[in-house]
Amino acid sequence: MSTTSRPEPTTEPTDAGAGVPVLEARGIVKRFGHVEALRGADFTVHKAEVVALIGDNGAGKSTLIKTLSGVHAPDEGEIRVNGRPVRFSTPVDARQAGVETVYQDLAVADDLTVAANLYLGREILRSGPLGRLGLLDKRAMRRGATEALSQLGVRVPRVTTPIAMLSGGQRQSVAVARAIIWATNVVILDEPTAALGVVQTERVLDVVRRARDAGMSVVLVSHNMPQVLEVADRVEVLRLGRRAARFQADQATTDDLVAAMTGARATQTEEP
Amino acid sequence: MTTVERADEAVRPGDWLRERLSNALSEFTAAAALIVLFVALSFASPHFLTADNLFNIGAQTAVIAIIATAQTMVIITKGIDLSVGSVAALAGVVGAMTVRDLGFSVWTATLVAIVIGALAGLVNGLLVTAARIPPFIATLGMMSAARGLVFIITGAVGVYGLPESFQLLGNGEIAGIPFAIVLTGLVAIGIAFLLSQTQFGQYTYAMGSNLEAARRSGISVGRHLTTVYVIAGVLVGLGGMIAASRVNSGQPNYGIALELDVIAAAVIGGASLFGGQGRIIGTLIGAFLIALVRNGAVLLDISIHVQMVIVGLIIWAAVYFDQYRRRRLESRG
Ligand SMILES: Nc1ncnc2c1ncn2[C@@H]1O[C@H](COP(=O)(O)OP(=O)(O)OP(=O)(O)O)[C@@H](O)[C@H]1O
Ligand SMILES: [Mg+2]
Repeated sequence: MSTTSRPEPTTEPTDAGAGVPVLEARGIVKRFGHVEALRGADFTVHKAEVVALIGDNGAGKSTLIKTLSGVHAPDEGEIRVNGRPVRFSTPVDARQAGVETVYQDLAVADDLTVAANLYLGREILRSGPLGRLGLLDKRAMRRGATEALSQLGVRVPRVTTPIAMLSGGQRQSVAVARAIIWATNVVILDEPTAALGVVQTERVLDVVRRARDAGMSVVLVSHNMPQVLEVADRVEVLRLGRRAARFQADQATTDDLVAAMTGARATQTEEP
Repeated sequence: MTTVERADEAVRPGDWLRERLSNALSEFTAAAALIVLFVALSFASPHFLTADNLFNIGAQTAVIAIIATAQTMVIITKGIDLSVGSVAALAGVVGAMTVRDLGFSVWTATLVAIVIGALAGLVNGLLVTAARIPPFIATLGMMSAARGLVFIITGAVGVYGLPESFQLLGNGEIAGIPFAIVLTGLVAIGIAFLLSQTQFGQYTYAMGSNLEAARRSGISVGRHLTTVYVIAGVLVGLGGMIAASRVNSGQPNYGIALELDVIAAAVIGGASLFGGQGRIIGTLIGAFLIALVRNGAVLLDISIHVQMVIVGLIIWAAVYFDQYRRRRLESRG
């Protein structure tokens, strides 16, 4: 575990030349009654990168995540996937566009097995008329789950173990793995390690890295600055419902991030 | 990057066994209690091990088991159905009137009873999903409304004067096996299959385990949950018809406090009121146990009032055991 700390903060936007963003939000406005949670927020995710989305409490991170995953419809602004404008009215729409989200608290069904959770809502059915009756092909799902988890390096006792019997880290890893397995474009993780210990956190981050190395884009919401700098390729800072700054992770320090979050040195990093 | 390995993350060989055992623990416990009770009653009463009495227990078990199966489905979704007794009475009474007043066959009457149950289930389901009324209150309302309907349509008088054929479901037999037991077997196998082998079953457990996770997985939880209540209603309608058939009449007072017996049966068998858990095999054992308690109490001349106390104690014990098990499992997390 190494924390990058360089003296010089970078000020330039870093998406130049990286091609069409895999996921892009422009000028997103979201109001709850008279509370304006997002006030023209921009956000960019490129292919095969880990982007950390950071910001103070109430900055609008979760709200932004929810508009990107189809939970909230934005009042204004545009979302593009691979350059194509999209409109998500339900989480299912977002998933069909290849965007999978892990919410911090309600990722998994505890009483179901690991395999059942990985395939929840996308069960493999038997072929033929039995399948049309809704008969599950449990063996195919067990095999698929075992294979997918080993590819991602997620260790669980068995894929037939109920989630309730797993440790917190294993549970979170399964939730993250589930998103990665089904995502074709972007995986969004809202504070996936907030409740975990050091070893378990490392496990989850390892899964994130593997996914990135396999070409997946990952959005990571986190309040843990050293972790952000350790795992992310880029960092986007949200403040008061707007993008306040962007950093290349290997050229930023914790101080830079905190400054951008609080607005203390905002002039340095403000978007044009 | 790092491959830190720690004992708490490693795969332990004992886990597989523990997993299996904890799944079946309530079923084992219930089965053991069942055997003990059966043996004890054989000694305690000379009338217990007679063909007539065993047939009687079978029919009694059948009604409780079918309705407890319905209750189990609802409990798995983290719901509860307090209306089963009233709806069973409504179905039985209407079934009886279909034969007596309209002259239809017992088969048609059974179909009518089932439709009545399904409609009640549909209303319950819509109250829970569309109107967002908690299951406890939604079905409490149905418990009162359905019972009221029973009294209105019968004028609070039993429906008598039925032909012999009306007794088919409750007292008939096929090859020496009570017809009610055959029906119970079919229902149990069908629902057990539905719950354990199909996508519908998977969604039922998922909704009870974590409704929000199920919703975000793209499951249309409203429609699905409503279907669970409708299927439960179908079973309650069938159970009510069998109960009416046993006494060859439609009884407006039938099924008062029946919800306690079937909730007890389901929970004894391992269904969890916290949702997400429950198997039909366990519910069958639980239903048999409750039927034995009822039958034994009659044979041993224990008053109905004492029986009520006993059933209350059983419910407390089963639910306590359930939440104790949950807590232990969660403290592992
Ligand atoms: N459903 C809602 N109804 C009303 N206001 C909301 C709702 N969701 C968010 N808000 C408001 O929007 C603003 C942004 O909240 P959001 O949850 O997006 O912040 P956050 O950056 O995720 O904060 P945290 O770090 O605390 O999770 C806050 O002022 C919050 O009170
Ligand atoms: Mg948040």
